[in-house]
Amino acid sequence: MADLTTDFLGITSPNPFWLASAPPTDKEYNVRRAFEAGWGGVVWKTLGAEGPPVVNVNGPRYGAIYGADRRLLGLNNIELITDRPLEVNLEEMARVKSDYPDRALIASIMVPCEEGAWKEILPRVAETGADGIELNFGCPHGMSERGMGSAVGQVPEYIEMVTRWCKTYYDKPVIVKLTPNITDIRKPAAAAKNGGADAVSLINTINSITSVNLDTMSPEPSIDGKGSHGGYCGPAVKPIAMSMVSEIARNPETHGLPISGIGGITTWRDAAEFISLGCGNVQVCTAAMTYGFKIVEEMATGLSKWMDEKGYTNVRDFVGQAVPNVTDWQYLNLNYIAKAKIDQDQCIKCGRCYAACEDTSHQAISMSADRVFEVIDEECVACNLCVDVCPVEGCITMEQMQPGTVDPRTGKRVEEEYANWTMHPNNPMANAAE
Amino acid sequence: MAHGQTAPGILAGRLSSEEIETNFSDLHPPYAPHEAAVAADRCYFCHDAPCVTACPTDIDIPLFIRQIQAGNPEGAAETILSQNILGGMCARVCPTETLCEEVCVREVAEGKPVEIGRLQRFATDVLMEAGTHPFVRAAETGKRIAVVGAGPAGLACAHRLAMLGHQVTIYDANPKPGGLNEYGIAAYKATNDFAQAEVDWLLKIGGISVECDVALGDGGLTLEGLRGEFDAVFLAIGLAGVNALRAQGEDKPGVHHAVDFIADVRQADDLLKHPVGRHVVVIGGGMTAIDAAVKSKLLGAEHVTVAYRRGASAMGASKFEQDLATSKGVKLMFNVQPKQVHGEDVATEIELEYTATVDGALQGTGETVRLPADQVLKAIGQRLEGVPDALHLNGNKIAVIGAGRTSVEGVWAGGDCAAGGEDLTVTAVAEGRDAAMDIDATLRA
Ligand SMILES: Cc1cc2nc3c(=O)[nH]c(=O)nc-3n(C[C@H](O)[C@H](O)[C@H](O)COP(=O)(O)OP(=O)(O)OC[C@H]3O[C@@H](n4cnc5c(N)ncnc54)[C@H](O)[C@@H]3O)c2cc1C
Ligand SMILES: Cc1cc2nc3c(=O)[nH]c(=O)nc-3n(C[C@H](O)[C@H](O)[C@H](O)COP(=O)(O)O)c2cc1C
Ligand code: SF4
Ligand code: SF4
Ligand code: SF4
Repeated sequence: MADLTTDFLGITSPNPFWLASAPPTDKEYNVRRAFEAGWGGVVWKTLGAEGPPVVNVNGPRYGAIYGADRRLLGLNNIELITDRPLEVNLEEMARVKSDYPDRALIASIMVPCEEGAWKEILPRVAETGADGIELNFGCPHGMSERGMGSAVGQVPEYIEMVTRWCKTYYDKPVIVKLTPNITDIRKPAAAAKNGGADAVSLINTINSITSVNLDTMSPEPSIDGKGSHGGYCGPAVKPIAMSMVSEIARNPETHGLPISGIGGITTWRDAAEFISLGCGNVQVCTAAMTYGFKIVEEMATGLSKWMDEKGYTNVRDFVGQAVPNVTDWQYLNLNYIAKAKIDQDQCIKCGRCYAACEDTSHQAISMSADRVFEVIDEECVACNLCVDVCPVEGCITMEQMQPGTVDPRTGKRVEEEYANWTMHPNNPMANAAE
Repeated sequence: MAHGQTAPGILAGRLSSEEIETNFSDLHPPYAPHEAAVAADRCYFCHDAPCVTACPTDIDIPLFIRQIQAGNPEGAAETILSQNILGGMCARVCPTETLCEEVCVREVAEGKPVEIGRLQRFATDVLMEAGTHPFVRAAETGKRIAVVGAGPAGLACAHRLAMLGHQVTIYDANPKPGGLNEYGIAAYKATNDFAQAEVDWLLKIGGISVECDVALGDGGLTLEGLRGEFDAVFLAIGLAGVNALRAQGEDKPGVHHAVDFIADVRQADDLLKHPVGRHVVVIGGGMTAIDAAVKSKLLGAEHVTVAYRRGASAMGASKFEQDLATSKGVKLMFNVQPKQVHGEDVATEIELEYTATVDGALQGTGETVRLPADQVLKAIGQRLEGVPDALHLNGNKIAVIGAGRTSVEGVWAGGDCAAGGEDLTVTAVAEGRDAAMDIDATLRA
């Protein structure tokens, strides 16, 4: 069994699976049970400033979208930061940390964008013995209207400024949590780095409306006939999150900045993918809210087994391994030519590949009277749509054509050399053809 | 429970009322909405789906399942009923394991098909419980058509004709419409008097009048009379006769036709009062034999044996039906044929002779076995009866070409009485519907 012990910013935890700042980490009772279940660390539910806490709605706060068999694919929420008094949270954090010294405990904080507010709260957080802080610049609803959360996260100058205050008044690691509700994620990440952040974490939730009740004409979740956009999370957001993570990881300005990956992580494989794209650890919320704390057992055993198979002895060994392979479209090898291939033994003859290719793509799959489906190499552009719609995993594969053979679609020889769009004759901006 | 299962003779009250109720409850209980959603999610929405090809009525199965997935069971029901107006009954009685579900790609791939029949039932139940009838009649054509036989073929034909704007009169020899849906189909497949509810719902289209206790032949209606009075005639008289056993002692009390026994059970007001033997032996190998055997067992017979003259694979009843019977405690005996029914005044034993196939012909081997039998049910096939002489036959059924055209002009036939197609409810519906389309086209030509 590979050792999953992870060192992130000098904070060690028995595994790279932390619970993200959210309801699962809102109180001592939850966090103790999470640690007993095996979670490596928690980012405590976001703390607000001293004084009367925020109030949440008293009606439904979540909406969802589903896949087959009501499998939850996406969750949205209109919850705010913790609605419990600061003092209570701080006391609980201190107690839990002293009882679980081997686990990571991070305080998430969101206070107004004024130096005094941060100066006041940071020493109190430090007293709890928490291992670090995470700045919540991501919450897209409720708090942003008050000039906090994503309202700050969308302005790189504010991020840099607040991060700098934190580095001034707090001496343990500072993680800046980024909102995805922005066009270019590299900007806030760079701002965080410039402000002295030790790491960024992402993504927070995405502005969303999950459904509309067609009887009442109210968005869901509906509070007395009205709804508000909420923050979207769960498996559906994983691709968006991974893209953003990779952008930060490969941007020369932020390359090497530690990242805590968040967004739709549900299984060990999701976690491994985020780590391969440059994350030093991962955070989980929706999966735990959907299935309970026990899922960490699957994550830990699955990751460990895969690491054994690959010969990795530490999570560190594969952090960022996929980053060099993330490139821009224009650098993709246009001389790489593939054709779809259907394994007739696995094919169950549903005809989905045929319908998809015939109706919406390149008419490159033939169907015989007795339902044999075959790829027509003369037409196949290797778009992968058939692979994606086939219900049998591994039934259709993409086979690379060997250099020297002739692509029956174009009649051209498959070249061995790498050639991309920047060199292509059709590109008006191509470098002078050498 | 006056008698219990071991009392000899043909007696009522072998089981408690609770046992009877459980035994005759739905064979495939209806889906709850959540179960339907889960089952519907398994459908792949296949292109040119094999299940559709396998359905004799060509229901657009992927479409109706998708409509269920999308929360529109009423729309799903309309998709079903527009092809098969008895989609509710078919959902209950179709041997789906040899039709749509047999070729479902998930049956082929995993041995576990999408449960098309139960999904079909879910959708049609929703619509029928709402009591709405989604079809309306076209403008009145002034044409009048006689349909003889109110079974699935006759009803499907009548409904389609009425929808197309014609006036239809259905005649049936029985006191109630429905044909074998009412008098034949196993009780545990169509509970809660579904057959009559479905007929009532079907007739809501309007333009159809039903006259029961009126027969063609035997001094009643004549084909010539009907041809004179109506613009077209559709014959859907099923198979009203039963084959003889040709075994000694066949006339002894205690020996019955399985179809009569089944009809009596279907019509019984109180199954507790319905008599059944202690030792029941059913002769035959089709769906009727299985139904009679299972019903006997469910009524409380101690031992029920189906005696079939060939091997299991030759049996008309599907593997599913055979398994159903054995799961209820029915014993299936193969390669035996009846030789003699023994007993002083009433049947008490049956003597069966083993058979073997020699040079392609089935023969008795001479070896016999005797089983206790206070009730013997003959299920060796139904046959056509009461066909007007003018009609040509093909084998022992009415000869038809195309969509049910008989040798007599203006007369169509479909369902079990017509040659071609399997003797199934769904096939009868398809043939009735297609004949209606052909009649309509002919009358408008
Ligand atoms: C016991 C049994 C169980 C079965 N189980 C199944 C099953 O589970 N699934 C399945 O798909 N199929 C089953 N079948 C077969 C199915 O019932 C028939 O294929 C189907 O009912 C044929 O429909 P039909 O309209 O042609 O004839 P029928 O349903 O037989 O209807 C014929 C109608 O014509 C009337 N009639 C007959 N003669 C005259 C006359 N001279 N004048 C006026 N009216 C007349 C009869 O009274 C009857 O109402 C079963 C059959 C039997 C006998
Ligand atoms: C393969 C593919 C290619 C697309 N190309 C374009 C495009 O060229 N221009 C565009 O405006 N949107 C494009 N889109 C986006 C779609 O128009 C649409 O906005 C998007 O798929 C979201 O809608 P949907 O998920 O409901 O299909 C493309 C989508 C797909 C899947
Ligand atoms: S989608 Fe896959 S399983 Fe279905 S026909 Fe195509 S190759 Fe076969
Ligand atoms: S009518 Fe019968 S065969 Fe056709 S889809 Fe329905 S259950 Fe299957
Ligand atoms: S074959 Fe099965 S999976 Fe395919 S459309 Fe029919 S029911 Fe659905």
